[in-house]
Amino acid sequence: MRRVYLDANATEPLRPEARAAVLAALELSGNPSSVHAEGRAARRCLEESRERLAATLGVRPEAIVFTSGGTEANALAVAGLAASGRRVLVSATEHDCVRRAVAGAETVPVDGNGVVSLEALGERLADDPRPALVCLMLANNETGTVQPMTEVAALCRRFGALLHIDAVQAPGRLPLAEAVAAADTLALSGHKAGGPKGAGALVVQRTATPAALLRGGGQERGLRAGTEPLPAIAGLAAAVEAAEAWCREGGAERLAALKARLADGLAARVPAARLLCATVPTLPNTLALALPGVAATTQVMALDLAGVAVSAGAACSSGKVAESHVLAAMGLGPLAGQTIRVSLPWTATEADVDAFLDAYAAMAGRLARHAA
Amino acid sequence: MNALPPRNRPVYLDNQATTPCDPRVLEAMLPWFTERFGNPHSAEHLMGREAEEAVEAARAHVAALIGAEPREIILTSGATESNNLAIKGAARFAASQGSPRRRIVTVATEHKCVLATVADLASEGFEPVVLPVGPDGLLDPDMLAEAVDDRTLLVSVMAVNNEIGVIQDLAALAKMAKARGALFHTDAAQGAGKIPLDVGALGVDLLSISGHKLYGPKGVGALYVRRRPRVRLAPLFSGGGQERGLRSGTLPAPLVIGLGEACRIAAAEMAEESLRLARLRDRLWDGLARAIPGIALNGSAAARIPGNLNLTFPAASAAALIEACPELCVSTGSACSSAEVEPSYVLTALGLSAEAASRTLRIGLGRFTSEAEVDYAVAALAAAHRSAAAAAG
Repeated sequence: MRRVYLDANATEPLRPEARAAVLAALELSGNPSSVHAEGRAARRCLEESRERLAATLGVRPEAIVFTSGGTEANALAVAGLAASGRRVLVSATEHDCVRRAVAGAETVPVDGNGVVSLEALGERLADDPRPALVCLMLANNETGTVQPMTEVAALCRRFGALLHIDAVQAPGRLPLAEAVAAADTLALSGHKAGGPKGAGALVVQRTATPAALLRGGGQERGLRAGTEPLPAIAGLAAAVEAAEAWCREGGAERLAALKARLADGLAARVPAARLLCATVPTLPNTLALALPGVAATTQVMALDLAGVAVSAGAACSSGKVAESHVLAAMGLGPLAGQTIRVSLPWTATEADVDAFLDAYAAMAGRLARHAA
Repeated sequence: MNALPPRNRPVYLDNQATTPCDPRVLEAMLPWFTERFGNPHSAEHLMGREAEEAVEAARAHVAALIGAEPREIILTSGATESNNLAIKGAARFAASQGSPRRRIVTVATEHKCVLATVADLASEGFEPVVLPVGPDGLLDPDMLAEAVDDRTLLVSVMAVNNEIGVIQDLAALAKMAKARGALFHTDAAQGAGKIPLDVGALGVDLLSISGHKLYGPKGVGALYVRRRPRVRLAPLFSGGGQERGLRSGTLPAPLVIGLGEACRIAAAEMAEESLRLARLRDRLWDGLARAIPGIALNGSAAARIPGNLNLTFPAASAAALIEACPELCVSTGSACSSAEVEPSYVLTALGLSAEAASRTLRIGLGRFTSEAEVDYAVAALAAAHRSAAAAAG
């Protein structure tokens, strides 16, 4: 049976540019901190990867801190900046690694589409004069909702708050420049950008001075100790560069066209299905689809049996039965447990979308009748 | 001018800084970078489950290497993270439970990530105690017994030192810690896969492993966390709740699979490899001792791994030797600080003067070191030493 992979927000297939970078870096056996020829070759690869990522993002190479992944990058920013006593404001739909990075973070509500309430954020910032850190994801991993980052950044500037942006889901789907310009710190994950698992990056602008989470050999200018995972880092830098170029050169339009094909097909074939967040800007690859009366886990299992990989929410919690905090925060009620996430990878084709539509229509025909 | 090295490529004798990835490890990892790219936490579909199964098989190999159960293995980004998690995690969990135990005991020759982590905990109300070692680099169990009291929370002593290769008597040391109810952690980054380590027989509660020090990839490591009796830790960071809540973040499936394969190979080949490395090490030592009278070995000659020699040269600085042997990859000490000008704190802890430390090289033999490379190293170092000594006149 042909497998159709539509779970890109859990992890993207490796991009060829990342593959080449990983393979080249695997040839380097040295430790980047060693001073001999092998070590220097590894160091060169590390610094070239840093420069490559910095150039892609338009920041100084010194602003890049490599980590083990998006979770650690987010934790370093949030816990590291909160260490100086800042109060932390997070939106209700942040990833758990941001929501739970520090105890006592204050939650800023979102509307029914998952868009953060600028009014509530402004009030929270105005009410308490202590220095704040605002943490907001550029685009949500479950719904694809894109936050109004320019407005949020303006609010932060007005109240002297730092802004941390979790941009893990953005590469290859949205241009990154605006978010990079708005952020004091910005987190990226290699494997969500079409790189390998095992590396992430935190952009740390001059305005932000986080405390380190991992202490040791003083790597990454003291902000992140540990021998750098070279192949994963080289793959991350190549992937983000390739994703950014791909996105600008027609990739985003391509994804948007596939997404429209999927939405149109659904409207025609399964009128009972509801596309969430349809009236706000969302990632061109992500659809949150509710099928009233049918549990999301049932839908996902039926689709998996039909050869289609999607998910009922974030991958890290997909083994759990707990309801999505993202959908709950949007006030979806029972629909929160009846919504699946379809996320198109950069490799998606029209045939993939059509295969999904066939499987989904068959599944909905069988299960929705059952539910009714 | 030195002769060309064997196979006309640099001779890598810095296997304590990092080891090359074993080709079998590379082969095991590659498909998981590319076609089999699923997220191991995507339990809802086939590609996720297949990655999860491979990750769990790898975890079992890691566990088997040290006599642990698979569910006692927490996968991390490397030994630095494992050490931070073990020490900060145990301290913060105990503090959150209102434990009166506040003392954390470690040794002057530990890796920087242990020393820095223990020192950091002073600002959280803990009492760091750093014990000296003897001239042989070993910690005297009686000295540990004196330092550990019933307010001691944790003792952290490395299995094998990264600069001088000496093996601590973990069983005896762990016994001293346990006698006072303290936890025992060991940084086994340099020991795992090199010497037999059995967490049950040694009585350790927490043990750190690094992937790239045992011919696996960089970017992955493990922490053994004893289940019976259960050792409780607070995580360093939270999120998706992977690794039973102790270590959030998507597991890097290819790297984890590489670590598992590296552990499997190490367990299967350790005995034979140790004999081979000991023979090469003896050949290197005999050759150098013959050519350079007065050369001295640092650290216990008996309690050491076969793949390490730490040598003080009588009449040439380490910098001069390294400069004269550009085809030879050796180091002056730990890689993280190898760009520093300060003398190695490990060597000064043994009682070496700063001047003697500056004449000292770490030579690390490994799985892919050949006899011809050892002979090349002897000839190159002997020649370099001769000219340096002559120049110094």
